[in-house]
Amino acid sequence: MEHALSLFVRSIFADNMIFAFFLGMCSYLAVSKDVKTAAGLGVAVIFVQTITLPINYLLQVHVLAPLGLGYLSFILFIAVIAAIVQLVEMIVEKVSPSLYNSLGIFLPLIAVNCAIMGGSLFMQQRVLLDPENVKAIANLGDAFAFAVGSGLGWMLAIVCLAGIREKMEYNDVPKPLQGIGITFITVGLMALAFMCFSGLNI
Amino acid sequence: MLSKQTKEAFLGPLNANNPVLVQILGICSALAVTVQLKPALVMGISVTIIVALSNVVISLIRKSIPMRIRIIVQLVVVAALVTIVSEVLKAFAYDVAMQLSVYIGLIITNCILMGRLEAFAMTNNVKDSLMDGLGNGLGYAMILVIVAFVRELLGSGKLLGFQVIPQWCYDHGYSNCGMMLMPAMALILVGCVIWAHRSINEEKK
Repeated sequence: MEHALSLFVRSIFADNMIFAFFLGMCSYLAVSKDVKTAAGLGVAVIFVQTITLPINYLLQVHVLAPLGLGYLSFILFIAVIAAIVQLVEMIVEKVSPSLYNSLGIFLPLIAVNCAIMGGSLFMQQRVLLDPENVKAIANLGDAFAFAVGSGLGWMLAIVCLAGIREKMEYNDVPKPLQGIGITFITVGLMALAFMCFSGLNI
Repeated sequence: MLSKQTKEAFLGPLNANNPVLVQILGICSALAVTVQLKPALVMGISVTIIVALSNVVISLIRKSIPMRIRIIVQLVVVAALVTIVSEVLKAFAYDVAMQLSVYIGLIITNCILMGRLEAFAMTNNVKDSLMDGLGNGLGYAMILVIVAFVRELLGSGKLLGFQVIPQWCYDHGYSNCGMMLMPAMALILVGCVIWAHRSINEEKK
């Protein structure tokens, strides 16, 4: 339990998907113009991450590893992600049309969000680690903690950036730097700030 | 020899329509593998090969792919190519493959691939698609090399693992800029490259 909690907190702050590994950068930069849509995409990422990562964990541990089919993991993981995204999209559309309308456009995008695929690939590496290691994923509970944590960390990062970009509308930025250029530098400075979490241990 | 359109498909992405600087695609890996020049080069070459080949494959079968499931078909083609490249790297360049770790697998979700497949290969013939893939891959590799060059030179005083800043500089008080090795500097450097690229292109107009 303690291990899962530590993993959870670490994956939000110290191993933040955006600031430490640059995963999911494309949609991160494209959809961070206002806080509301950013939060919507963040929720969708947490949702899909929490479903796909434990499924991929089970596949890795119970199917791929015993059969020695590690080289098929890329195709299998991406197929699971694409299928789950499609499924989630259909279920959300049926069950809650209002949620579908607010998330709708982002759901298909998530299939190619590196944070989701990256989460599964990191899981694949961490399964092999020594169980004493703070980064190890030793059971299904750990996989859940890592999934929710990394999703939350991603959402935290995109909401922060959207807030800053909304404020920055009124700033006097040099013309060639406007738009994407200054956004990169802002994210860089935010990443520097997040580095103070890197020694975090519980 | 090459028609104007084919030439444009190849040269456009190298400068005016660069995938990283202008289309803002494939940022994730561009930032993560640029601490040293060698992994950046390997990554650039791998992406170029995969973009070119997947563009060719999708362009060949573009007329027989049903519209509704095209994303999944594209993902499977790309995932198969990435698996091959990953196995080849593990066999012939094991240490670099370990350094690149998950980022090789992440080429699958690299937006450059999906972007080019959707925007170009689905509607163009094989030859143009090949050129477009090569152009975009090289445009991407170029940015990787620029950023990695600056980071490795200033961060550890080396290029491709060889010491280039001589010892007497260190003796006279020069020291490596450790901050260049941190992830944050990659973002700031790419921001600066975009800045330079935009101001140069603006002057031309």
